[in-house]
This record gives sequence, C-alpha cells and structure tokens, in this order.
Amino acid sequence: MKRHLLEAADLDRDDATLVLDTAAQIDQALAGREVKKLPTLRGRTVVNLFYEDSTRTRISFELAAKRLSADVINFSAKGSSVSKGESLKDTALTLEAMGADAVVVRHSSSGAPHRLANWVRGSVVNAGDGTHEHPTQALLDAYTIRQRLGRVEGVRVAIVGDVLHSRVARSNVGLLHTLGAEVTLVAPPTLLPVGVGSWPAEVSYDLDAVLPKVDVVMMLRVQAERMNASFFPSAREYSRRYGLDARRMGALPDDAIVMHPGPMNRGMEIAAEVADSARSTIVEQVANGVSTRMAVLYLLLGGAPQ
Amino acid sequence: MTSYLIKGARPLGGDPVDIHITDGRISAIGNSLDATGAEVVEAAGLIALPGLVDLHTHLREPGREDAETVETGSRAAALGGFTAVHAMANTDPVADTAGVVEQVWRLGQEAGLVDVVPVGAVTVGLKGERLAELGAMADSAARVRVFSDDGHCVADPALMRRALEYVKAFDGVVAQHAEEPRLTVGAQMHEGDRSAKLGLTGWPAAAEEAIIARDVLLAEHVGARLHVCHVSTAGSVEILRWAKSRGVQVTAEVTPHHLLLTDACAESYDPVFKVNPPLRTDADVEALRAGLADGTIDAVGTDHAPHAVEDKESEWAQARPGMLGLEQALAVVIETMVEPGRLDWAGVADRMSVRPAAIGRLDGLGIRSQGRPIAPGEPANLVLVDPAARATVDPAALASRSRNSPYAGRELPGRIVATFLRGTATVLDGKATR
Amino acid sequence: MASSAQPARNAAPSSGDPSPGSVLSAADVARMVDRMAHQLIERAATDADAGDTTAGLANLVLVGIPTRGAPLARRLAARIEAFSGVTVDVATVDITLYRDDLRRRGVRALEPTELPAGGIDDRLVVLVDDVLYSGRSVRAALDALRDLGRPKAVQLAVLVDRGHRELPIRADLVGKNLPTSRTQKVSVRLVETDGVDEVLVTEERVAGRVDEP
Ligand SMILES: [Zn+2]
Repeated sequence: MKRHLLEAADLDRDDATLVLDTAAQIDQALAGREVKKLPTLRGRTVVNLFYEDSTRTRISFELAAKRLSADVINFSAKGSSVSKGESLKDTALTLEAMGADAVVVRHSSSGAPHRLANWVRGSVVNAGDGTHEHPTQALLDAYTIRQRLGRVEGVRVAIVGDVLHSRVARSNVGLLHTLGAEVTLVAPPTLLPVGVGSWPAEVSYDLDAVLPKVDVVMMLRVQAERMNASFFPSAREYSRRYGLDARRMGALPDDAIVMHPGPMNRGMEIAAEVADSARSTIVEQVANGVSTRMAVLYLLLGGAPQ
Repeated sequence: MTSYLIKGARPLGGDPVDIHITDGRISAIGNSLDATGAEVVEAAGLIALPGLVDLHTHLREPGREDAETVETGSRAAALGGFTAVHAMANTDPVADTAGVVEQVWRLGQEAGLVDVVPVGAVTVGLKGERLAELGAMADSAARVRVFSDDGHCVADPALMRRALEYVKAFDGVVAQHAEEPRLTVGAQMHEGDRSAKLGLTGWPAAAEEAIIARDVLLAEHVGARLHVCHVSTAGSVEILRWAKSRGVQVTAEVTPHHLLLTDACAESYDPVFKVNPPLRTDADVEALRAGLADGTIDAVGTDHAPHAVEDKESEWAQARPGMLGLEQALAVVIETMVEPGRLDWAGVADRMSVRPAAIGRLDGLGIRSQGRPIAPGEPANLVLVDPAARATVDPAALASRSRNSPYAGRELPGRIVATFLRGTATVLDGKATR
Repeated sequence: MASSAQPARNAAPSSGDPSPGSVLSAADVARMVDRMAHQLIERAATDADAGDTTAGLANLVLVGIPTRGAPLARRLAARIEAFSGVTVDVATVDITLYRDDLRRRGVRALEPTELPAGGIDDRLVVLVDDVLYSGRSVRAALDALRDLGRPKAVQLAVLVDRGHRELPIRADLVGKNLPTSRTQKVSVRLVETDGVDEVLVTEERVAGRVDEP
C-alpha cells in the first residue's frame, strides 16, 4: 500500500483486495460482540479535516478510527477550529505540529488532499475532494457488491446520473475496473465529462437499454442546481429519462442490486419504493463504510508492510 | 557614458565580429576594431541578438507590489535579455487613464533597466462595458499603442468592434485575451481527458477559438489591426493561418510555457502550473511550434505573471492563474525551437524582437526604437547569449519578486550573458548591473 | 530429543530430503501432537467441575492463534476425537489487531476469527500456538479473548517453546522445549500452510513461521 489514499488509482488489485479482505475479517471479528472496540491504533492520532459539511462521512471515519482506539480530532472549517482565512498549508503545518498520524480530508477543491500530502508526514486519506474522487466510498461500494453478489470480478455495474460532477463515479470507475468489473456510465451527454472516452467504461445515454444487462445499478445524486445551468431541462424530464422507479427496477435481472452513495433525492434519481426495496443496499453501504474505513486506517497506519 | 567593445560575438548566429557601442548606438561592426578606451566584453561563442521585446508582461505595480514591482520586473526582464516590455493594464488601479499609464511609464524610466511600455485598458476598469479613454492614453507621455483588457476578454462583440475601429485613429492595436467567458465559467484547466480524470472544470479550446474567429472577421470587416494574446490551441493556429491568408491585419503571440508544457503538469495539482489560457495537449504544443516556425504566430509573448506565495501555495481552484516567464523565455525558445532546428537565430530575433516591436509600433522611434537590426547607427539594444550553457532553474535565484516559475528544477539551455539598453549594460556576466 | 543435533533422516515421505536446519521431522511433529492430545484428555478427566472425561472435553474449546496455531488446534481436536470419541470445539482468534508491535512490524493481512456458536463464556479455553517465544502473541490473544467473552479458565498449549520470554507467561502444555539463542529463527512448518511438517532452527529466515519477539 502507498502511504496515502488519495484516489482509486493508489490501489492496485492486490491492495484493493487486501482492503476488502481486511474489512471482511474486521466485520467477522466484531460480529455479535458487545465490545466493538479494538486496541489496534492506540496512541495514534487521526484528524478529520472537513472543509465541507458531510456529517455522514465524518461520523463514519470517526467511528472507524475510534473502534480502532485511535485518538480522533475533528477539525471543521465550518466551526472555529480552522480559522477564517487560514490557508490549507498553514492548517497542514498545524496538524503536523500536533503529530497527526493520519489526516482524513474532505474538501470542495479537487486535488486538495494531494496538496496536503505534500505538507504532512502522516497518511492522507481523501474523504472526497471536489469533483475528483472519493476512494473510500468506492471501496465500501465494492465491498457491498462483493458481500451481496459474492464477487466483483466480471460484475456488470451501471453508474447512473451526474457523472460529470461526481467524485463517487470517478473513484468507482477506477476501482471497479481495477477489480475486474465491467462499468457502464449512463447519463445525459451534458452530465458526462468531455474526456469520458478515455475512461475504462462504456457509455450509454439510454438507461432502459442498460438495465436488463447489469448486476448492479448505482444511482448518483443529482443536484437540482444543475438544472439552472441547463445540464437538463427540468427535474421532471431528468427523472423520467434517468430516474430509477419501480417499473425500471423490474427490468433488472433477478439478483441485481440497487446502490446509492447517499444522500438521496427521493423522487428525483430514485423512487422511494426502490430505495426501500429488498434490492437496495443503501443501509448496508452505510454499515460497510465503517468497516471499510477501519480497514483503510489499519492498513495505512499500521506501519510499513512486511 | 561607457563605451563597449563586444569582441567576437556572432550577430544572429553569423560569423564572429566585434561590435562597438558608443553614445547609446552601435558605432561600428567589424573585425579587429580598434576602440581605445572602450570596456571590452569578451563574447567569443556568444550569439548577439537585438534586445528582446515582450508584448505581454504583468508587472503588478501599482496594486500588488508584494508580487512584483516595475523595478523587480524590469530586472527580471533585463536578465531574460529584454530591452522593452509591454506592461499589462490589469493593475490596481487599472491602467485605463492617461494618469495611470504615465505613472507606470515613469516608474519604468526610473528603474532604467528596460523600456516599460504601458498597455492601456480597452474598457473602463476592465469591466467590458464601455471604452476607456484610449485616445488620451495614446496621446500621453506613455504613448500607448497597444490596448488590452488582458485577464478578461472583450467579450461583447459590438464593443470589440468599436475598439478595433477606434484605435485606428492613432495606429493602435487591440490585444485580445481570447476567452468566451460563458464557456469558461469556473474553468480550471484544459478540457479533455485529463480534466475529466482530475475533476477540474474544463476550459474548452473552442472558447478561445470562437473569439479569435469572431475577432478576425470583425478586424477584416472594419479594416483594423488585431493582436491575439497567448494563442494556445491548434485550432487557433488554423484560424489565424486562414485569416492571414485572407489578408486580415491580425498578429498573434504564443507564450514560452505553451510552447513547452502540457496539461499533464496539472496532474500534480500544483497551482504553479495553473495559467490562463491553460496548458494544452501535446498536439496543441506541436501546432504552436509549427505556427511560430512558419510565422502564423508572429511573436513570443511571455505573459509573465508573478503571484505572491499565498496566491499559489493553495488548492488548485483557489490559486490565481499565471506563471513567471521573463527570465526563461529565451531559454524555452532555444529548447523548443532552435535546438530542434525549427527556428534559426534570425528567426528568434524576428519573433522575439523585430515583430513584437513592430506590433507595438516601437520600431520607428529614433534612439528610442526597439526591434531594430544589429547595424551601425542603430540604437545599441543587444543581448548576448551563450547557447551552449545549460542550467537548472532555481526559483529562489530569480530576480522576480515572485517564485511561481513552472520551470523550477528543469534544465534549460541558453545563458543570458549580457544585455544592453541603448548602450548601457543592464546585465553583465549574467548579473544585473543595478 | 538429542537427535535434534543431527538433522533427522526420517522426513515426511512427501517432502523428500529435509530442509537445512530441520530439527524435528514430520514423525516427530505427529508424535508431539498425539502426546499433547492425550494430555488434554487427561486434563479433561481431572476437570473437577465437569465430572467425567466426556463432559470435560465437551466444555473444552481449542482456540488456534493464526496462522499455524489454527491448523494445530484442528489436528489436536482430530486426535482427541480419535482417542476419546468426543468431538471438541475448535475456534480461531486472530490477534493481529491486538498486537503491540504494529509500528515495528507493519501491517499484515488479517486472518479469520471464528468462535463456537455458543461463544466461549464459561468454557475452558486452550489457546494453541506453534511457537512460544516472547509471550507477546499470547498476551495479545488474552486481550482478544477478554473482548470476546468470559471463559472459565484459559490455558496455553504450544508445539515448541524456544525460551526467551519477555512477559510472565508460561505454557501449560508443550510439545517440545527447544533451547535456542536469540539470533536463531525457529520455524514451524505444517502441511496445511507450508506443504510439509517439520521444525527448523536456522540462522537465516526461511519460509514458514518466522518468530520475532
Ligand atoms: Zn491573458
């Protein structure tokens, strides 16, 4: 494993498999236990540096670190911890002085974790940067797929929605490809990046044509603001062409699953009855997020591999 | 005034000769000149070029003296072999009045290292709404001939047409920063495979090309001169070639960084590589080199854009666009054009001195002329280059007040040994004399 | 066995010649496992709370410490069953996340933790490992057990005790005491993990269990 986890490409197939295996072992080791805590990272300090509100991701990382007995410090740009106007570099130097062993960073600017990695000695874990990547989300998604379908290799995955602005999509395309899955991106052409042709994924504009041929459909959150910038004409038209409703869910193969990184826009990209159906893995994804992130923290902080 | 005898230099790469400088002019060129009392500059193996002229320099004064001043920028220019630079108008206050351009002009005179030629803003406050007092700036002591809202595009086609027409009255030229703003909202880098991967908002080539296409048609229609700043795409070169073939009075410049670097640099997310227009693809770089070689692109313009550390040591999106260029411009041209055999030294002189001086109308000003031939009687604006020397760029060693050089750590050819501005050595032995 | 000075010639049939440094052969290992199985049965018979041997064995859980403690625990259970006819519960407890030497040794892949369906509360837990050295692995295993339940008692069975304890820990059952120096490596190899049963003492690292304090 590399020292930092900044993007899916930091993990080769062996690394990615190791993370998933480790998460599975952690899950198994903790299953049914009253004491959900392991002493592994006692004395290590994990800083959650969140420049963007994301309670669910922050809590997931916080729980992961605490279950491994690390000391957790939450730095929130929204609160008072990161003072106004302090640069990312100054903050990095502060964290460095505090002896952070890992910095989990969420930032609205693509590449901010890469910058941070230049300035701190500890491991940097990207918890979502701008429209770039969110590698632990991809890991927990792959973990969820493997848990439900028994494998990732050869699994056909459709990623549907605002690919252009989605860090989840970027990380998933990279990681799923690394793990041997076949990815199809489905979106209106306006919500696909110009360079998407260079990605290891098929591209389709037609959700109905893709659904019968996939094992996993991963719905991306679509923000209504995109409507105002003419990425699509209206929420209603978007939902009609690219939303996953009960009728479309019926077109999926029998054991296909429906995923969503959350938070969902029920009624926009996903209908409530789909989100709440047995095919939906949305709740598992949240639980799997904790064990996957424990695995990442353990593997990054545990020390140099043998 | 010191008199100099430059011994054994090769003008435009030709045979070695001695060049005698007295009273600010070249007094004689020949072999074994006797110049009693002259300070001798040994120049065996060095190439002599006319002093370089930059059409596109950001000196940041007034307003951001923490990033650069007229004096520090002038020193960087002299060290880069320049004897004249056009100081862009996007200062604070904006150079949109006779008062501001005269202030910049005077600061340049006081520094005395290069001729600082102010560029006037096209529109008041660079806002793109109404014309600045172009005539007043033209008539001022600064004698402004180049007008530009650089940093911003004159996007309104009607306003652009009026500007092109209006400056004809004093033989001015509008230098357009070609960027359709509606196509580059939030843009961070070239739009293509790499922007898709890096999750940085794309700056499409079409946003530049659309404006250039529009503006050459306007220039043709009203019979005016148009200059295109920092051409960055293969498509732009095509459009310029087409326009020139139709006889449109259009000139264009390319930056050193667009000749050398590509959008691959963005993969580090190091904002030192963030620039506007952005670094493009290998194919664009190739087209730009070809365009500069065949003259479709007239000049190299540095777009020297100093930025304070805090404006660059940040997240990519928060960083300001721009990179240093003056001190390495000639080195990059040698690396990308001379060494591969695409431009000879006469070509370098043409693209970096003669043509930019002509575009800025600096070539017919008597003793204050720039971009003139190396010949007896001409103003002694000269640069001596050692083409064989190679050095690794160390930002800390630059004369600019800023450190945002995209060439840090890169080895480049061509050492500037000496620069003469009207007979005064501004650089000797590779060091600024003041 | 004094024969350890001379490399054993009666190696496992499948493995051809023994590896350099081999001090215990496949037959030796098999004998040691059998003896330990008998000892466990005897102990069960004297388990005062259980009443008889069968009840004592039924209350026993053999907890293997991965990697090689796990197959050893399974072998012991199989031999106990062969000798007594009683099926003994086998479990594994991975101690990786409980180790105190992560910083020094770095991460490694986790192994499964599998407990009997009813847990380990009030059971007699016998930890099984291949080599007892510093005692740190056993300490980590005790920490892990504490989080997993409350056994009636915990005992320790090891195939090889090579000495050099760094903690006040001792084994209740030892297959073989092997006096070594700290510079030596003791490697237990098992068919399940290494394709061959043998115990090596070398000055160099070899494939197999490499024990460091
Ligand atoms: Zn510009």
